[in-house]
Amino acid sequence: MNMPKRVETVVLHDSSTPVLGDIQKGGNVIVTSIDTLLNQARANSLWPLTFGLACCAIEMMSSVASRFDLARFGSEAFRATPRQADVMIIAGRLSKKMAPVLRQIYDQMPEPKWVISMGACASTGGVYNNYAIVQGTDQIVPVDVFVPGCPPSPDALIYGIMKLQEKIKRGRNPKSFKELRLVELEPRKLEQVS
Amino acid sequence: MPVYRDVVKPIIAGFGITRRRLKHEKVTVMYPEEVREQFPRTRWRHVLTRYDSGLERCIGCSLCAGACPARCIYVEAAENTDEERYSPGERYAVRYEINMLRCIFCGYCQEACPTGAIVLRNDFELSTYNREDAIFTKEMLLQPMPLSGPS
Repeated sequence: MNMPKRVETVVLHDSSTPVLGDIQKGGNVIVTSIDTLLNQARANSLWPLTFGLACCAIEMMSSVASRFDLARFGSEAFRATPRQADVMIIAGRLSKKMAPVLRQIYDQMPEPKWVISMGACASTGGVYNNYAIVQGTDQIVPVDVFVPGCPPSPDALIYGIMKLQEKIKRGRNPKSFKELRLVELEPRKLEQVS
Repeated sequence: MPVYRDVVKPIIAGFGITRRRLKHEKVTVMYPEEVREQFPRTRWRHVLTRYDSGLERCIGCSLCAGACPARCIYVEAAENTDEERYSPGERYAVRYEINMLRCIFCGYCQEACPTGAIVLRNDFELSTYNREDAIFTKEMLLQPMPLSGPS
């Protein structure tokens, strides 16, 4: 199976792309309110996908248990199928053999979807700077929140989930070009654009 | 169908477990409002400490970078002069960067440090939206100046 190539995020200007400063003056108050309402609903019932790859999964499990109780944030329902999940918590080191599987499961999740990279190994490779481990899962899937730690304690993971909720509540309208992430059906390569 | 034995009695027995659990102590830590007490040797966010005089403890020897198993510390040293004195030794760290995402919080840097400059404190709220923000520079790691100021 071919490894998915890393797609460079390219800001392209077409009419459907929201551009900074291109805010319509009136007539869409209701639409934006519904957007805000939807974002609130999405942020407060994030269903995570169990993607425990290594020891970080133990901390991910204990964050759902009674002491830390992720259910207070609406994330109690860990789903084992990507079709019913909103956020993928990649917990543990991602080996290069596992990477196509991760990408496939990410592609099977319905939109809107988010990814939390939990722990040092998932985020950057950690101590495993070798031939077998992917040096950062953002080479495979677009990651929204990185949680440092080896492993992150449950409260550190809960803080990461709270940061993701903040990001979702902020909405799809990007506040800066850095946060602008285009959803492209057929991602264009960098050389095709320039 | 014996209604009492098959329906009513199991329901009463089942809710009896719930009633017994109600008397137990609540174990949930209400995290964002209340932070649980960390253990005394908890290792989380790094801090570059200062002496009481306000001088930095770090002398830029790079022993922490050598001890780091994840190779996440970068130290660049420069010479102290009498006009610009940052640390009591000959040299100081002009750049000190830790990649928090690669760090595994093992505490070897703390053990290796000859002056006790780098210590791991218990601030665990380190999540970032991108990888660049996770590289903590010297300005972010350095302890603020003591109120009395440099003497």
